[in-house]
Amino acid sequence: MTAVRREPAFLGMPPFPEAAHHALADRRLRAELRDTSRTSRSRRAEAVDELPPFVWEKLRRAGAVIKDDVIARLPDHLEELEGSVVAAGGTVHWARDADEANALVIRIAREHAAAEVVGVPAATTRETGLDDALADAGIRVRATAAANAGLTVRGADFAIAETGTVCAVDADENGLRSVTLPDVLVTVLGLEQVLPAWRDLEVFLHLLPRASTGERMSPYVSLWTGVTDDDGPRGFHLILLDNGRSDVLADRMGRQALRCIRCSACLDVCPVYTRVGGQAYGSVPPGPIGAILAPQLRGVNRHDVDAQTASLPYASTLCGACFEACPVRIDIPAVLAHQRAQLTDLGRGPARHREKAAMSAARWGLAEPWRLGLAQHAAALGRHVIARMPHVLAGPLARWTDGRDAPAPPPESFRTWFKRTNGGLDEGGSRDEVPGDTDDETAEGPSATPREEP
Amino acid sequence: MTTSGAPHDLPDTHASHTALEHIDLTGPGPHTATPGRAELPHRPPGLPTDAKAAIMDRLRDALADGGPPEPVAVDRGYRRLHGQGTDLIAMFAERVTDFRTLVARADAFTMVRTTAALLRRAGVRRLAAPPDHRLTWLTAAGAELVGEERQLTDRPRDRADGAVTGCALAIAETGTIVLDGGRYQGRRMLSLLPGYHLCVVRAEQIVGTVPEAVARLDPRRPQTWISGRPTAPAPTEESAPGPRTLHVLLLG
Ligand code: SF4
Repeated sequence: MTAVRREPAFLGMPPFPEAAHHALADRRLRAELRDTSRTSRSRRAEAVDELPPFVWEKLRRAGAVIKDDVIARLPDHLEELEGSVVAAGGTVHWARDADEANALVIRIAREHAAAEVVGVPAATTRETGLDDALADAGIRVRATAAANAGLTVRGADFAIAETGTVCAVDADENGLRSVTLPDVLVTVLGLEQVLPAWRDLEVFLHLLPRASTGERMSPYVSLWTGVTDDDGPRGFHLILLDNGRSDVLADRMGRQALRCIRCSACLDVCPVYTRVGGQAYGSVPPGPIGAILAPQLRGVNRHDVDAQTASLPYASTLCGACFEACPVRIDIPAVLAHQRAQLTDLGRGPARHREKAAMSAARWGLAEPWRLGLAQHAAALGRHVIARMPHVLAGPLARWTDGRDAPAPPPESFRTWFKRTNGGLDEGGSRDEVPGDTDDETAEGPSATPREEP
Repeated sequence: MTTSGAPHDLPDTHASHTALEHIDLTGPGPHTATPGRAELPHRPPGLPTDAKAAIMDRLRDALADGGPPEPVAVDRGYRRLHGQGTDLIAMFAERVTDFRTLVARADAFTMVRTTAALLRRAGVRRLAAPPDHRLTWLTAAGAELVGEERQLTDRPRDRADGAVTGCALAIAETGTIVLDGGRYQGRRMLSLLPGYHLCVVRAEQIVGTVPEAVARLDPRRPQTWISGRPTAPAPTEESAPGPRTLHVLLLG
């Protein structure tokens, strides 16, 4: 087996604390981030609150269970998907890494003598750097399918193993055009994006639009199963991309990151992301999910990684807001803690950078009283999360807690604080105004309180 | 392979035709001389099988720690049907209107007059229609109908102002219209025609929730779910058509 190319998404990115430091100094960036994340947070809350009580929580749990089944039996689901796609007239390709996926697209383009392709921006094609690869191969890339366009390359959101159906959720009509107009349609899909059954769509078409943009349904949802006579492309290629996902799968604790449906809800609630923005993470995707996914995709526990990658698990306050927002209940704080332990254990924790991270966090936290409050609550909750996971606490994490002063018991829970101050973005309020009884709300950790309860 | 619930009867013609083994690696594209990233690492032919086998090995290896997983039962206790007593037609109309799309409700007696009013308002007359649409009420409303094929291929001055289609179903809770190429809908292309789209929704086609819709739809058909105002493609593209108007005619 040939070696797998493993490079950080953005070469030469400084480790997170340094990048974050620059981002923090950018006042305009901070203001923009504050506004957009505040808007998306309230839109999302409206879309979720509109559902009858408990429906959202039940959907989240169903989503998590379905995805866990996908993860636990991934080879079977992929075999089934391949069979269904082929039966429906499509072709399935497998790509071990980004280069292989790009080479497949280039070959298909050449087979169809396409000097130009329509490339609809997608998470997977950004991940593989497809546009650059096509340019290197002398193939022009256009962003919009305006007429019968020859060949289109795009991503998708789900593929159904049972039926071979591919589902894409798009914000504008360009997505619909891209699956309808071309002669040949190439879809690049991450291995984990498979869903077992047709009816599972009912869960994810509920969860994704509401968690992603706060809409009841995304403006355009396209579903296509292989090729259809006289309607749409005559050729359909599905490229299944590994590119490190099998490494994510190898970590029992961390593999829940493969549930992610890229809704970006965790970004907008993250006190770190909403201040430093996406660039500082140097990963696709950024934010809390990027902080746990990127190190795993680059194989932190199986390969040597650079300082930037190793700094990502420290790009968090462990406050738990991302877990509450996540429509598939990925316990991001728990995975972060697990990864910090792993890095320390493997001797890969970039001690120098960790120190720096701690220092800049302290500087930032002490700058204004409310921030200190945030840090205290976060620390309290973080300890709590860890205390509930004895298997993680063993060994290295003992050191993690030993090395830190135990913060004073918080005067109010993080949840209360977060609600009251709009995630710390309404910076005016003093945290002493609403001294809540902490025990009730934090006693179960972030996972146990359904959002419908007061 | 399992296709429980949705048997496939499509012939397997494309699969062998396009399998990578049959691709000539040296041609026929115009850029075959380009070196570098375009070339795959040196591996013998039959590469796709190799990649699949390698990935499968990795996945099985990664999962080896857990033992064979128990099949999981998904709790579908989230709401699948809409609550009793909801007026789904009113809800659908209201939620579509949220997208600032005009919804006009009509019955057998008023549909001609209502349609005429919609067409006047949109300023359109020539409409492309799917082949098997029932046309008489549209012509009575003053529309001039052109065949789908004409619309797609003819000279610009013969072109229609837009299109009329039916739908597969509509979802009240989300204000969604689903097209699946079925009867009275024509190809998906039709709903992408520039200008104007008149979509006819019969009251009995409205379901309450997304789960109800998923249960009724046929996964083998290509589907388009539209929830919102039609948007134009990025304005930078010279040949891209301008924005369109969507009107919904709600019958019954
Ligand atoms: S991890 Fe973040 S982006 Fe992924 S599904 Fe959860 S909230 Fe959405």
